[in-house]
Amino acid sequence: MNINDIFLKRKKRWGTINRLRDSEEQADGSLTPLRRIALISDDKSFRELYAQIKTDNPNSFPGYEKKLDANRLKTGQQDAVVTGTCRIGGVKTAVAVMDKRFLMGSMGIAVGEKIARLTEYAMKRKLPLIIFAASGGARMQEGLFSLMQMAKTTAAIEKFKDAGGLFISYLTNPTTGGVSASFASLGDIIIAEPDALICFAGPRVIEQTIGQKLPEGFQHSEFLLEHGMIDMIVDRKDMKDTLSKILQMHVNTGGEA
Amino acid sequence: MSSENVLTPYEKVLAARKSDRPDIMKYINVIFDDFIEMHGDRYYRDDKSLIAGIALFNGKPVTVMGNRKGKSIEENIRYNFGMASPEGYRKAVRLMKEAEKFRRPVITFVDTPGAYPGMEAESNGQSNAIAGSIAAMLKLTVPVISVITGEGGSGGALALAAANRVYMLENAVYSILSPEGFASIIYKDAKKAPQASEIMKLTAQDLLTAGLVDGIIAEGDRCFSDISRMLEKELGILGRMKPKEIANSRYEKFRNIDRGEIK
Repeated sequence: MNINDIFLKRKKRWGTINRLRDSEEQADGSLTPLRRIALISDDKSFRELYAQIKTDNPNSFPGYEKKLDANRLKTGQQDAVVTGTCRIGGVKTAVAVMDKRFLMGSMGIAVGEKIARLTEYAMKRKLPLIIFAASGGARMQEGLFSLMQMAKTTAAIEKFKDAGGLFISYLTNPTTGGVSASFASLGDIIIAEPDALICFAGPRVIEQTIGQKLPEGFQHSEFLLEHGMIDMIVDRKDMKDTLSKILQMHVNTGGEA
Repeated sequence: MSSENVLTPYEKVLAARKSDRPDIMKYINVIFDDFIEMHGDRYYRDDKSLIAGIALFNGKPVTVMGNRKGKSIEENIRYNFGMASPEGYRKAVRLMKEAEKFRRPVITFVDTPGAYPGMEAESNGQSNAIAGSIAAMLKLTVPVISVITGEGGSGGALALAAANRVYMLENAVYSILSPEGFASIIYKDAKKAPQASEIMKLTAQDLLTAGLVDGIIAEGDRCFSDISRMLEKELGILGRMKPKEIANSRYEKFRNIDRGEIK
């Protein structure tokens, strides 16, 4: 794979981002990071940060390089999250969007590092931070390095929050395992998309443990709202409006107008 | 088991799970004096799979906690096979904060297949509880030392191991998921756990080489006295640091733990 191909493809795509107003969904109803950002950001306001950060094969896992290459070509990204800044209803905001097309949005070193760096950037510039989670959990191929990303992202997020920053955690389908059990659960405000699977242990694992089928809707957004784990469920069409209003109400605290 | 015995990764997985391995009560009773157990998360219930309390180490008060496994089926049912529920992690957080208030170091002993994957645990916010425990532990301004004595299973283990120093016993394992879970995803066959163990890099030796743990303690007769000596040394070093530095150095440790692998 030629790394230039990725960035050619990438440049072309980011070139069109600010013109994308209609957000086409993927076949499974999800949004790519590109379309998600187009939906929430003010015209021509997105600037990508840390696009180059990646990792090779820290655990020498057989076949991992090939897998990474294929996913990089498929998405035009080095790894499973896109990070940057944009304006949302006029408020400059640090934004991370995970991409489940890239190895199920799993969190390895590159994802953890980009989220930590964006959080530190937001802290330094006093920007609010929004992270759209979409992840099957920790990335198996990077072994315990992936588990350590839970501690790394948590450390950065907590520092940011303690310094007065606003962190909005936006949970999309699916948010599970190591992502759900780290930064994604630590939002000052936690929002979920309707009917997203949000859990620590997935339904299959639980069904194996308890030996019976789970009830309908178990571990979905509505269930989490009822159990007090999230603040609200927001339809995609209301996403930008809701975020704008919340950001406006925090402008003189952690945010910057 | 003597330190000359070199086991394969899968043999270590099996060794780490053996029911005749010392359990947390043994470590507490041999290494500390006057252990007093504390109960409950103050929200909902007491999780018996996670034991916590205060004790004396070399005459000084410390907070001790960790996963409790059983020696028999009955005991294992009582202690839920060492798998903590949200209430367990919330009890841990409560007692960590209490330790900070009274300036006591926190010592954790980790031995769990993982956090409990059950319906009630999910309904009560397992993700939130684990994230909360990691966050609380990372911010403590008192010294925190963890010893992984058997199975270090995934996020459920990390929730008690976000420490200034993380040590492993020589046949302990620490991994992102069980070799069975790993094999069922990679090979679509849980029975291929032995093969999975070979590539997972889950042994103490692999993790020390990767820089993800700080040291290995040999098993056998001298294990308990070696843990005591390690605690004495590390608590001595950390005890000379200012409270803020203790928390900052822990933050830096986890922020930069993979520095060499970022391209």
